[in-house]
Amino acid sequence: MSIIENFDLFAPKLIDKKEYFCPGHRACQGCGEALAIRLMCKALGPDTVIANGTGCMEVISSFYPTTAWELPWIHLAFENAAAVGSGVEAGLKVLRRKGRIPDRDVKAVAIAGDGGTMDIGMQALSGAMERGHDMLYVCLDNEAYMNTGIQRSSGTPMGASTTTSPAGKVIQGKQEWKKNVPEIMVAHNVPYVATASPSYPFDFMNKVKKARKVKGPSYIHCLSVCPTGWRSASEETIKLGRLAVETGVFPLYEVEDGKYKMTIEMDELRPVEDYLKRQGRFRHLTPEQTEKIQAKVSQEYNKLLDKVHGLHSWSDLEFEWGLFE
Amino acid sequence: MAKQVGMEVGIAAAEAVGLCNIDMAAVYPITPQSHIAEHLSDIVADGRIDAEFVTVESEHTSISCVSGASATGARVYTATSSQGLMYMHEILPIVSAMRLPVVMGNANRAISGPINIWNDHSDIMPQRDAGWIVFFAESGQEVVDMTIQSFKIAEDNDVMLPVCLNMDGFQLTHTVELIEFPDQKEVDKFLPVRKPFATLHPDHPISMGTLGMPEIYAESRKSQDEALINSKKTIFKVWDEWEEMFGRRYKPVETYLAEDAEILLLTMGSMGETAEIAIDELRKKGMRVGLVKLRLWRPFPFEELKAVVKKAKLLIVTDRAVSFGGSGGPVFIEIKSALYHEKERPLVYNSIIGLGGRDVPVRDFVKLIEEAAKSGEKGIIKDYEYYGVRG
Repeated sequence: MSIIENFDLFAPKLIDKKEYFCPGHRACQGCGEALAIRLMCKALGPDTVIANGTGCMEVISSFYPTTAWELPWIHLAFENAAAVGSGVEAGLKVLRRKGRIPDRDVKAVAIAGDGGTMDIGMQALSGAMERGHDMLYVCLDNEAYMNTGIQRSSGTPMGASTTTSPAGKVIQGKQEWKKNVPEIMVAHNVPYVATASPSYPFDFMNKVKKARKVKGPSYIHCLSVCPTGWRSASEETIKLGRLAVETGVFPLYEVEDGKYKMTIEMDELRPVEDYLKRQGRFRHLTPEQTEKIQAKVSQEYNKLLDKVHGLHSWSDLEFEWGLFE
Repeated sequence: MAKQVGMEVGIAAAEAVGLCNIDMAAVYPITPQSHIAEHLSDIVADGRIDAEFVTVESEHTSISCVSGASATGARVYTATSSQGLMYMHEILPIVSAMRLPVVMGNANRAISGPINIWNDHSDIMPQRDAGWIVFFAESGQEVVDMTIQSFKIAEDNDVMLPVCLNMDGFQLTHTVELIEFPDQKEVDKFLPVRKPFATLHPDHPISMGTLGMPEIYAESRKSQDEALINSKKTIFKVWDEWEEMFGRRYKPVETYLAEDAEILLLTMGSMGETAEIAIDELRKKGMRVGLVKLRLWRPFPFEELKAVVKKAKLLIVTDRAVSFGGSGGPVFIEIKSALYHEKERPLVYNSIIGLGGRDVPVRDFVKLIEEAAKSGEKGIIKDYEYYGVRG
């Protein structure tokens, strides 16, 4: 049995006209994260509570006394979006059970950036996922600490120049590969894990809607282009997001009940150079360095394909996600 | 009818939380708080109350998690100790600034290093400026009573602030005492279901925890300070109500034989009971000594304290924490500055005692008071002294 019941696919006509993340927020031109949140909220619908970790999205949306949020929203600190979100989930659950709030399915959704998720928020995220809260966690990954001025995070890609992994004379850009958090989430036995990009809006919204219907924890890792930090033209945000997928740098897939599936399939991958050359953060790369990145991208992509072709779903293995009772 | 039971105080604390019919708790185990966590999980697992018990992966998450649940309108509880409280430190001032009612039990324990699991107040003192209401309990009965009172105070819409109830680790939490438990019906009457001022719900979407620019930040801090000071009114009102229903009187500053005393000793927490015996012994010797016990640490009860100590010649303030490089222990610093403008005021002497579980028996209190009295007579008052410490 699938974990997701009555799933309807999105079509342009069916998209909610209402804005839950309103215009007037203070995000930069071409911000991929703000676009992702707007789409995410439309897919989630009104019965949602957002717990936001400190970062660009919290700062640009909540200058007191204004707010861009039409959904109930809470922010405490940087590293605890998953912890606050799990408290919101527990609170809503018990108050609904005790008849103190209306008997409706209100989803707790935690959001944070790559720093707030992959670095400082990793423990809170791991704890929340292990505990199995009925909560969606969305990581809006713009691949560095953009809010503080483009410092390197574990989400920063290899070779990228940031303000703390600069392209110096001896050391050029980040030396390490990006941390694979979706895989870490799969290892937590999370019933629904997906990667997404606002450059593929229907794919993204379908994934959010699927995740919303999961009874239990779910995780979406959303690559969000940041023109300010990536040193790219603001009008190229959508194109860069697509190039990340078309080059295999950021493949779009989902893992449902443990079963991997490519949601955007590529017959042939474009060379990684097509993606790198449009971003100032990679401008220092030599052809040899680009080649190394290409080799690693291909290897990672093939590792993923192996999982897509090889693994069974948990339901094939006669395992049903549910409480131990 | 209320019943008296012999019970370990940590277990009794959890029983009191159960009587309050909490909706949610998030607790991370740490010595000596662990019996509270364990027994509360028993109460939930046995279905004695209908609550979510969230077994979090850290104290940073326990405080964040109960805050999230409190924001939905739930009655929430957490408990911690020592390093756990230190780990929560980042979040504590956010909870009070967001005016989220949370009740937290703190089984007072020394902080590292060196690592030490025994009792003193060095965990709560660094949280002084977090904007919480902070109580100290002296006995098991007070732990039970004040746990119940704390929910009523925290959730009052004139207050909406988190409350930390301190109970000395081991010395109090692991002691079996005879405790009178109120009936469930009486507690329900005293503490009805929480009626929150504002909650996270789609029917009335609001934003909580927004960004405060320089134009608003200072006003926000000032109003929070006012809210904490104003909470005294509600605290006193709740204590009046408690006395009316259960017959036990609570005051921010308790006294023992203090009225005619020339020399006063000031304690916080469970040491008060031992100190009372020392006061009795010294009274027998003809010394006019008395005891002041500080129950309310924040908001600080300035007027009440001044009224109690003004006639005395010497006030010996005990501190169970160190403010390194400062002018004395944190309680002493607070009290000395509070008395600065007073025309009538005692000499104030500071003794740092009972660090990291070091016992302070009756004979030590006797000796401490006698020695302080001697130097007080000569007019020699050192700023502070580590009592009975080698080296």
